[in-house]
Amino acid sequence: MLVWSRSGRFLVWTVAALLIGVVFLAPLAVILAASFAAQWNGALPSGFTLEHYRAAGTGASGDAVFASLATGVAASVLALLSGTWAALALRAQGPAWSRTLGILFFVPSAVPSVSVGLGLLVAFSQRPLLLNGTTAIVILAHFVLISAFSFGNVSAGLARLPPDFEEVASCLGARPAYRLAKVTLPLIAPYVVAAFGLSFALSMGELGATVMVYPPGWVTLPVAIFGLTDRGDVFSGAALTMILVGVTLTLLIGLERLPIAAAGRRG
Amino acid sequence: MSDLAAAPAAARPNLNGLWVAPPLIVLALSFLYPLALIARSAVLGETGAPDWSGVLATLDSRPFLNALLNTGEIAVASTAGCLALGLALALILAFVPFPGAPLAARLIDTFIALPTFLITLAFTFLYGSAGILNGALTQGFGLAEPPVHFLYSAWGVILAEVTVYSPFVLRPLLAAFSLIDQSQIEVAGLLGARPWRIVRSVILPAALPAAIAGGSLCLLLTVNEFGIVLFIGAKGVITLPLLIYDKAIQESDYQAACVIAIVNVALSLGLFGLYRVAARRLGG
Repeated sequence: MLVWSRSGRFLVWTVAALLIGVVFLAPLAVILAASFAAQWNGALPSGFTLEHYRAAGTGASGDAVFASLATGVAASVLALLSGTWAALALRAQGPAWSRTLGILFFVPSAVPSVSVGLGLLVAFSQRPLLLNGTTAIVILAHFVLISAFSFGNVSAGLARLPPDFEEVASCLGARPAYRLAKVTLPLIAPYVVAAFGLSFALSMGELGATVMVYPPGWVTLPVAIFGLTDRGDVFSGAALTMILVGVTLTLLIGLERLPIAAAGRRG
Repeated sequence: MSDLAAAPAAARPNLNGLWVAPPLIVLALSFLYPLALIARSAVLGETGAPDWSGVLATLDSRPFLNALLNTGEIAVASTAGCLALGLALALILAFVPFPGAPLAARLIDTFIALPTFLITLAFTFLYGSAGILNGALTQGFGLAEPPVHFLYSAWGVILAEVTVYSPFVLRPLLAAFSLIDQSQIEVAGLLGARPWRIVRSVILPAALPAAIAGGSLCLLLTVNEFGIVLFIGAKGVITLPLLIYDKAIQESDYQAACVIAIVNVALSLGLFGLYRVAARRLGG
């Protein structure tokens, strides 16, 4: 305890409550309120309605929810596959190569998303690979941006892995493929699950690369929300944002429980 | 003897290293090849011949220079704000914990997973010209015009970025603070050191590497930020990523977009290098 006096402590706590309340709680609360608001002319909304959510389930907004979920799942699965593969393969390299290639796999996360989108647009609008105007280019853009995070999470898991288990498995005569499937992958499963959650959350919120490459028939949630608020329909935008937040947080919290439940079953 | 030992190894070369090839090929095709084509399109004009005057014209244009200046100013100011807010919150959460402090830390942490434009949308309801604050002020004081305008300036972007990115400072700071021996602080307090002195002489030196790593990550993320700036949509606040979007999608001027993208990518990679150095010093 850094502050000893009772009054000093209360002063510090008041400051903390104000900071957290104004900076972090108020924005979430106000979007939640707006998504249910029938009208908002004065300081506070007047009237309560579910109309914005009803509208979000149908038509263009419903399509956006589907496009975001499908893109998120596809890009996250691909990123996880590639990231886990890269992290496992790097262990066979010497330390110098392993570090250089590790940085290379991280670089996409450092490049601005708009530039990643521009690059894909320029590269795949010409032969030999014509992807412009397809759903695949959106998934590819999301894959590029989140693969570094999948790689990073799985690498962190591998680094923390005690080497004993794998060595014992080898000494007992386990072949590399068997050892990978039965020892290494189960041990890093919590990190793989966490990587999937983070990748999916990032994909659900991705905007910069998507606005560069999306075809008219595949509008993701962030692009749809921008379209709505840009036209002045802020309440429908707020409802779609709450759906985006709800889906993301449900998945993240659910995935967080998963390894714990699995560990409980094992024990 | 040594020749004999080396012989079997040479007869069966170790191919394990080749397992890294598939993800490397994917990376090259999906990321490095597009990046190379941006560089090519930046230099080649419409005709397909090198067009250096076009490159120079873009680099010397007022919109580009303004965007470069805006990006730098906003990133530095936001990072300073993130460091200040992150440090203040980390000090309170770690050393003057209140009931519910872990819950508050988790709430702030979830902002890392949420889309950045969410904050801008919230700010339009809170501080926009028809928002809560202006509504309360115009009603309360009987004003004819909404008095608060900062949202549609660089300040709106900076405040939004501080909200979104201070968790990236808070997280490593809390990790560093958890390593500090609490009894060291108790002893300093018993010996009569005032809180500010304990913060300065015990806590801050231990937290410096974490603050540098978190701060350089913030600098990188704020230079790359797009959603916040797009959603605020203020005419005077154009940053490099937004200018790239405008040039490519609104004006279909792909050469200019690629030139600006090269500058933006170079800036980001420089900051990424800075972050790696800072993070490595933190680790070792």
